[in-house]
Formats: sequence, structure tokens, C-alpha cells
Amino acid sequence: MENIAIIGIGMTAIEADKKGDTFADMAWEAVNKALDDAGMTIDDLDNVVTTSNDFWDGRTISCMAVSDAGGASNKNVSCVEGDGAFGAFYGMTRILSGSYGTTLVIAHSKGSESVSSLITNAAFDPIYDRALGMDMITASAMQANAYMHGTGATPEHLAMVSVKNHGNARLNPLAQLPMDITVDDVLNSEMIADPLHKLDCSPVSDGCCAVIIANESKAEKYRGKPVWVKGAAFCSDAYFLGDRDLSYARSLEAAAKKAYSMAGIIDPKKDIDVAELYDAFTYQEMMWAEALGLCQDTGAGAMLEKGLFDIKGEMPVNPSGGLLSGHPVIAAGLIRIAEAVNQLRNDAGSYQVEGAEKAIAHGVNGLCGQSHCVWILSREK
Amino acid sequence: MSKKRVAIVGTGQTHHKSHRPDVNGQELINEAVQRGLEDADLTIDDIDAVVIGNMDHFEGINYTDCWSVDGSGAFMKPIMKLTTGGTTGSTLGIGGYHMVASGLFEKVLVIGWEKNSESDTTGAITTAFDAVWDRLVFAGAISGLAVEAQAYMAKYGATDRDGARVSVRDRKHACNNPYTQLRKEVTLDEVLASPMLADPIHLLDVCPRTDGACAVIMANEDVAEKICSNPDWILATANRHTYTYLGDVNWGELDSMAGAAKDLFNKAGIKEPRNEIDVIELYQPYSFAGIIWIEDLGIVGRGKGAEYIWSGATDMGGELPINPSGGVIACNPIGATGLIRCAEAALQVMGKAEQRQVPDVNIALSSGFGGCMWTDLILHGKKKPDF
Amino acid sequence: MKEDFAGVEPAIYKSGISVPYHWWAGETASRFFTAIRDEQKFVGVKCLKCGKVYLPPRKTCPTCFRENEEWVELSTEGEVVSFTVARRQFAAMPKKAPVIYGLIKLGGADTAMLHMLGEVEPSSVRIGMRVCAKFSENRSGSIMDIEYFKPV
Repeated sequence: MENIAIIGIGMTAIEADKKGDTFADMAWEAVNKALDDAGMTIDDLDNVVTTSNDFWDGRTISCMAVSDAGGASNKNVSCVEGDGAFGAFYGMTRILSGSYGTTLVIAHSKGSESVSSLITNAAFDPIYDRALGMDMITASAMQANAYMHGTGATPEHLAMVSVKNHGNARLNPLAQLPMDITVDDVLNSEMIADPLHKLDCSPVSDGCCAVIIANESKAEKYRGKPVWVKGAAFCSDAYFLGDRDLSYARSLEAAAKKAYSMAGIIDPKKDIDVAELYDAFTYQEMMWAEALGLCQDTGAGAMLEKGLFDIKGEMPVNPSGGLLSGHPVIAAGLIRIAEAVNQLRNDAGSYQVEGAEKAIAHGVNGLCGQSHCVWILSREK
Repeated sequence: MSKKRVAIVGTGQTHHKSHRPDVNGQELINEAVQRGLEDADLTIDDIDAVVIGNMDHFEGINYTDCWSVDGSGAFMKPIMKLTTGGTTGSTLGIGGYHMVASGLFEKVLVIGWEKNSESDTTGAITTAFDAVWDRLVFAGAISGLAVEAQAYMAKYGATDRDGARVSVRDRKHACNNPYTQLRKEVTLDEVLASPMLADPIHLLDVCPRTDGACAVIMANEDVAEKICSNPDWILATANRHTYTYLGDVNWGELDSMAGAAKDLFNKAGIKEPRNEIDVIELYQPYSFAGIIWIEDLGIVGRGKGAEYIWSGATDMGGELPINPSGGVIACNPIGATGLIRCAEAALQVMGKAEQRQVPDVNIALSSGFGGCMWTDLILHGKKKPDF
Repeated sequence: MKEDFAGVEPAIYKSGISVPYHWWAGETASRFFTAIRDEQKFVGVKCLKCGKVYLPPRKTCPTCFRENEEWVELSTEGEVVSFTVARRQFAAMPKKAPVIYGLIKLGGADTAMLHMLGEVEPSSVRIGMRVCAKFSENRSGSIMDIEYFKPV
């Protein structure tokens, strides 16, 4: 793959309710931050890819809301409906195709404006499943049970993820839920859907992220320090939950294999220095870390027990605090990419992983991690 | 892996109908996909990635890319959803192009689909517009189009009779297309006598509501000619989603079309579109657009659209046939429609358009329309482009 | 510009999208529901290439990508593959919490179906538990024609 870099990032704070901001206002903030970061003006952007979801926005053609804020009115523009990591992938192909030198990718959502249960219930097949009234939380709880049954992971292991991520969030000024909690706090929090307690679940948040991708010649033209894309891949599992082995993230394994191959990574445990993963729920960080090959054979639980996923551990996962500390859907995966960029540029302030050279950023589409998008980023070209 | 030239090597569509009660959405998608694979003589295993889209609120299903997997063939493959409203189909065509041109995927399956019969179309469209400023006064798609027609008429003295001539043309062309929904000719008088929806738009001036799906298979230059002896090369793509608020629109001229066309022709080196383009599949949701938008394309000068249409230049056999498929007035499964334009343009270039074939097609143009008067354009050609 | 907004309370407009839907189930799903409604039977489809039996049934096999040609009658009894107990009253739930949701693999099927469990204490549900279907008194051809699955 030709050399592609991320040269600018911008994020709004992640908050429970951005009362004063419309989608366009959030996009305006994130885009301007990204432009400042890269040392570019809006005219330097050759094309725009927005990422949004019609259900979450309550708006068909949801891309319309952020088009102007992205400077897209006189540019080539498109929209991916799905997680921002996928949007960024498409934005990258528009450069690799030779059509454009730079792409602005924006991803947003305002969870505060809607009833999340009804929105994720709409992901269920209307003919066979929807009437049952499940949603993202009950589906994920079902997967958590399958995962724990299949691997022996315990409620304490899940709680450790929450403790770590909320703790990390205290170091991240943009995070919504910095918290100093213990495993017992998590286990004593309200049981939402067995086995997930309240503190096992990410909140529903408002937020927006913008990322500027560039080809090699443009990457070297602007002030923003480039972080190089060494590999990127995505893959989807079957749709019906009953068709899948919910305890095993096979589509993530496939996407990871492809991304590692593109990046020339043979042993991710050795080569990857930090990972920003899609932890919508505590058990997911464990499942995804295992499928990505970041854990010893004893699994994620053992890694957590030994503190290996901590910022100062051997394999830091979600030093930013992850989604458990703030989850604007759609923007979520793009924020993972932006946080990975922060790490590789040595810009992550108090949650910086020392000497980070290669990072994984990861996004998810669909129920129970049906479809995954994996990015391998590097400080060196 | 480096950038590649891209060709369409196969297409498939369902026989579009107002209702398809025999299939659910996944099954409808599958029909088009199976036909596309058959046309290209490929199996689903040959496909490296899938790009799919529809307009969510028409079917009320969230994350349809994930949901579609059984029907779209994306099991354990990369699948991504693109959606931009009415322009979705053409946005998908452009998306498939970039995915292949990037060099990351050799063969990509592009799918556009819609089951408009499953919902209240107008109710769903109304949510496109800003909840605070536009939604409460905007009554679905037709009113905006009527405003455009009125603005043009006021400037150039055209009448609804001129619009009707375009309907007559497209409904006649549709009779040659076995896939399209409405396959009965209409006369000028019939169009003008049909109920007025929003002055000057009559019922027979606008598109119907349709269930349908379309699949297009794109391949890179390394394999395109092995799969298909006469592939349709994508010469260039361009789009403009210019406006967000209805009040900002420059009514009577389609600025997004003019902007996208300028960009497209620049990329492809087209200097005289009227002479160089052999056929146009225009996403024309209502008849009057057929008069106005050819001016924005630079086919004719401002105010000259009606005259050109009346001359027969855009009929089959004319100098620049438009919508040999019958276009959108004969069939409109919204998420598929723009991709059907792309597929029909490809069929013209590949010489596979059967009864609706325009002779000697070297260059074809397909367009998409939607949103707040937005335009997507794709230029297709018989000859492999220089880089 | 920020000073312009001092003292301006952000306005909030409430609205709901009103788009009614009716979904075509298609012939395959219709046959499945008809069998439940009229005969209290479960029918799945079999792919003749890979031999997999799908429940809920679909027209094409997702792995072989060919039409599933054979209908197979399945047992009304099966095994719980996974489950959860919804404790909070989520907006989408039609029943009052706690509701036990389960993935149930019926005898003869290679895939599991989603539904609810009943006549069992949430704390007693186990993965691997054997359950059987309890059909509703009034059946209309929908997934709710099954009231729930209960322990055998």
C-alpha cells in the first residue's frame, strides 16, 4: 500500500448532553480543531467523507446536517453510514485511488437526542426478532454470558476493565466519565442485564471527531506531524445472533490477520505498543484483545489481573479511557484512531504510553461486534 | 498495491415493481446480486468486498449493511454502507470505484436497494430536512421540485407542456426496458390531464414508488478484461452536495449539477459534452428536470432546454438520447435508482442494452440526484482511460 | 461571538418521527409463521450443498449462496445457547422487567433462534438448559405466537 498518513485530528469533549450544540456545531468545532492541528485551511482539503447514522440523528440523509461544517458545499463528498473507523477507511480509499490528495473525515452523534433502546432495537430483523424488544444492551449481555461461559472469564475480570478505563479517563480532559472506582463498586452497581452491571456498560454520549488523511506528498507539506497507516482491514460476521458463536470474534480475527499482514506484523504482542479498542462494554475489551492476538494464551482475564493492560503495563489498552468513559456512537471508532494518533505523536499528555511506536485503533458496526475495522498505525513511515 | 483503473464487468437488477410481497428486503437484494454474478460469470467467492446502501427510514431497519449479509453475500467479507439520500445509488457507484481504484480490492460488489412499499415515503423523506428550520413547512420531495420548475418557468417562459414532453419521451423509452416498473406509453394530453400535485407538476410528471434492487460488479484493470470482453471503464466521478437549507437553493438552476459537471469534464478532458457524450442516464425524478438540468450539464445554453427536447434530439434515434431505460419517471426504488442509472449506462457502453441499446456508444454519463438538490456524476467509456 | 449567547437558554424542540411500517415477510418466513400459527410446528430450511439447517429459515444459504431447497420439521424442544436477564425496563421491551431473553437451538437445527424464557427463575437459567416452546393461545403468524420457552 502506498504511504498514507493522518496529519490532523480534532475532537470535541465527550459529554452526556451538549445542550448548546447542534450536529453542525459539533462538526464545526472538531473540523476547526483538526485544521489547526494540521496547519491547514479548509481549502487545502480535497474531499470530505462524513459518517453518521439516520436513526441516531432522527434524520434521513443525516449527512446533510454536517456537510457545511465540513466545508463540503463545493467539494466532492460522500457519507458512510456506520462507525467512523469505516468512514476513515473509505476516506483513505479516495486518496489511494489517486483521485484526491487529502480527505477530511468527520463522524458524529448525539445520543442525548433520542431513546437509545429503540434505536438499537431497530437493528433487529423486523420479521423474526424485533418484536421481542431486545436492544444493544440485552444483546451484548447475551454475548457476555456466552463469552464468560466459553472462556471462564469472571465478573471480576469484567469489572477490572471498568476500573482501569474509568481510572484512565481521569487523565483525559475530553472524557465524560473519569472515575476512581474499585472492582466492588462495579459489582455492586445496578445489574442492568445479567451479567452486565451499570458500570460494565458505556454511557450514551454526544461527541464529534474529525480526522485529516493525506497521501505522502501532502503529508509532508503541512505542519501536522504525520502518523502513518501501515494496515487497515474490515470484515463482517453473520447477521443473525443464532448463526454465530457469540463467544468468539471470528470476523475481528479475520480483519486483524489482514491488517497485520499489510503492516508486516508477525507477533502483535511484541510489535504493538498500545491499542485503542471499541469497549462499548467491559467484556468486549477482553474479547477484542484476545481476537487481536494481544493476550498471552491464558487470555485477557490473566492480562488484567497482572495489570498488563494498564498505561504502564506491557500492552496498554484504552489509555484514553475508552468508550466506557464516553461513547458517542459513530464517532467512537474515529476517536480511537485520533487517540492512537495522539499516542504515536507523543501528544497524549498524562495518559501517554512511553515510547509508543505502533498502535491499533479499532471500530465496530452492528450488534455484538458483528463487523470490525482494524487500523495499524505507526510513528515511522 | 497501487492505484488501478476500474471497469464495470457485470450488472444485475430485479424486475422492479410497486410491491414485492413475495420477498423480504434481504431476499430482494439477493436476486439482484445473483443476477449480477451471473452476468459477470463470477461466484460470490470471487468478490473481495461489498458496498451497499439504501435510505434507512424507508425500511425502518438500522445498520442494514450488517443486516443484509445473508442476501448480499457479505458473510466473512468486508462490507460497508454508503448513504446520501436520493443520491445513494450513484454515491455507491462512486464508492465502489474508489474501493477498487485504491488497489485494496480487486473485485467489488456494489448494491443499491429499496422497498419503498414498506413505508410512508413522504413521511420518511420529510425527516431529511432540518428539524428546526425546514421540516415543518416542507411537504416531502415534490414541493421542492415544483419550486424549481416555477422559478425556471418564470425566467424562461416554459410551461407544463414542455415538462410533459419529457414524460412522454421517458415513458416511451421505458417500453423497451423489461426491468422497469411502468411500461405503458403516455400522451401529452394524458400527462396534462393527470391530477396536479404541486403546480406545475402533474401526477404523470413524477416517479412512482418502487421495490427494487440493483447490483454492479466492478473490477480492476488486472482482471476486468479477463472477466468481460467488453467492460465499461469508469473514466471519472464527481459530485456536489451543495446546499443544506432549502432557502439557500438557487431555484431554476441546478448549481450542484453545474459544479459537478465542471469537475467531471475537467477530470476526464471533455470539452464539448454535447458532441462527446453519446447517451445520458439522468436521475430525473420529475419531467421538468429534463429541461433544466441539461442546461446545467452544458449540453445546451440557458433557456434552450425545452427547444432541444422538442427537437427530438434526446429521443431514441436522436443526437443525444436521454434515459433509454425510461429513467426515474418509470421506476424509482430510491436507494437503487442512482445505481440503476450507472448500470444502464454500463449496459449501453458494453453493448448489452438489448432493445434499449443506443448504437455506437463510446462515452456515457450517469447521474444521481437527491438531498437538498444534490448531484452525483459518473462518466463511463468503452476505451480504457489513460491515467 | 460567545458574548452574544450570554443569557440565551438553549431551546429544545421535541418531536417524533412518524413513519408507519409494514414489512413483507417473503414466502420463506411466511411459511415458517404459518406452520407455527396453524400447526404449532417449527420448520427450518436445509442447504443441500453444506447440509446446514437454518432456523429462522431463509431463502438462501449465507455460506454457499444458493437457494435452500428442502424444508425440515424441527423439534419444539432445544437447548439454551446463551441468555440474559433484562432487569431494567428498556424502552423497546414489550413486557415488564425482569425479562429473560435466550438463544435457543432447537433439535435438528444448526442455528439458534432468539426468544424469551418463562416459567423459570432468572437465577436458575443455565447455558445448556433444555427448554421447549409454549405457544400462545391466540396466534396470528408472528414471532409472538410463541409465548416463551420453558424448562423441560
